[in-house]
Amino acid sequence: MTQQDALINYCLRLGDTSLILGQRMAEWTSNGPTLEEDIALTNISLDLFGQARTFLTYAGEVEGKGRTEDDFAYHRNEREFYNTLLSERPNGHFGDTIARNFLHAAFLYHLYSALTKSKDDKIAALASKSLKEVTYHLRHSSEWIVRLGDGTVESHQKIQDSINDLWMFTGDLFVMNEVDELLIKEGIAANLNEIKKLWDNTVNEVLQRATLKRPIDGFMQKGRLEGRHAECLGHLLAEMQFLPRAYPDATW
Amino acid sequence: MSKNIKDNQGDVWEVFVQSKPGLPHKHAGSLHATDKEMALQNARDLYTRRNEGTCIWVVPLNAITSSMPEDSESFFDPSDDKAYRHPTHYIMPEGAKHI
Repeated sequence: MTQQDALINYCLRLGDTSLILGQRMAEWTSNGPTLEEDIALTNISLDLFGQARTFLTYAGEVEGKGRTEDDFAYHRNEREFYNTLLSERPNGHFGDTIARNFLHAAFLYHLYSALTKSKDDKIAALASKSLKEVTYHLRHSSEWIVRLGDGTVESHQKIQDSINDLWMFTGDLFVMNEVDELLIKEGIAANLNEIKKLWDNTVNEVLQRATLKRPIDGFMQKGRLEGRHAECLGHLLAEMQFLPRAYPDATW
Repeated sequence: MSKNIKDNQGDVWEVFVQSKPGLPHKHAGSLHATDKEMALQNARDLYTRRNEGTCIWVVPLNAITSSMPEDSESFFDPSDDKAYRHPTHYIMPEGAKHI
């Protein structure tokens, strides 16, 4: 594997994760529990799409074969996507969405923080911009976790169930392979073992504030690095990719 | 104006946004929220999406005391014929700026 191949894959991981989570958040449009929260959720979606665009565009630049952000987003199949398994989890109820976003935002917050020091100037610049957005996503979801967890008996139980159900997808966030190994050596990528420690601290602190229990690590789903996904990703892509695949010449 | 508009979306908060440091906070609108942190976050999401602000205040609606339409005669009309309260009668020295 060359450094170029590794960098393309690394950009796709970052871009795909934001793209898929952004698409999930877009599903909340007009379905939010209140008008205010509807706008908050779709704001987050737009932030994530912005991040996806920049990382996928950069993947195309590094590849040098003329592929655009749209080519990557709309003309690949499930097995060619490298998004985290957590990002594709269905929205469920509002608490499920908040739990998924919280576990994910804590990950991206520490990952982007580390990547601001990347020796690849473009990655460092994109990480700095994304970090500001993700800082807010973490605050938004954390405050909701605390209110739902430390709320009523019913809200406490529901958000605890949401965290428990999603827990098996958190292990996949931190798995590394030769791409990481090569890019860490070059000072480009972040070491996910280090990110895991920071993620643990953030998650533990918020769960404690929310009077929630951290689930015990059991079986963890994995597959992000090989493009192995849950069935739900295919349905998401079918909806997201329908228009440009059905009408390849469409412009907007 | 009802002072306690309540429904299942939380209390009503009034939002004031400062567009630049040093300028006064201007009323931007209102929103629903269950507490002040959520009100602040909602205000950020609703009223500063297009780069409008550098600072936000949120105030619970019931903390604001407003004059009523029926107060307006006694409150505001007496100043109608007191033009001398405006500083326009002074002659500005030539060359004075920013006054």
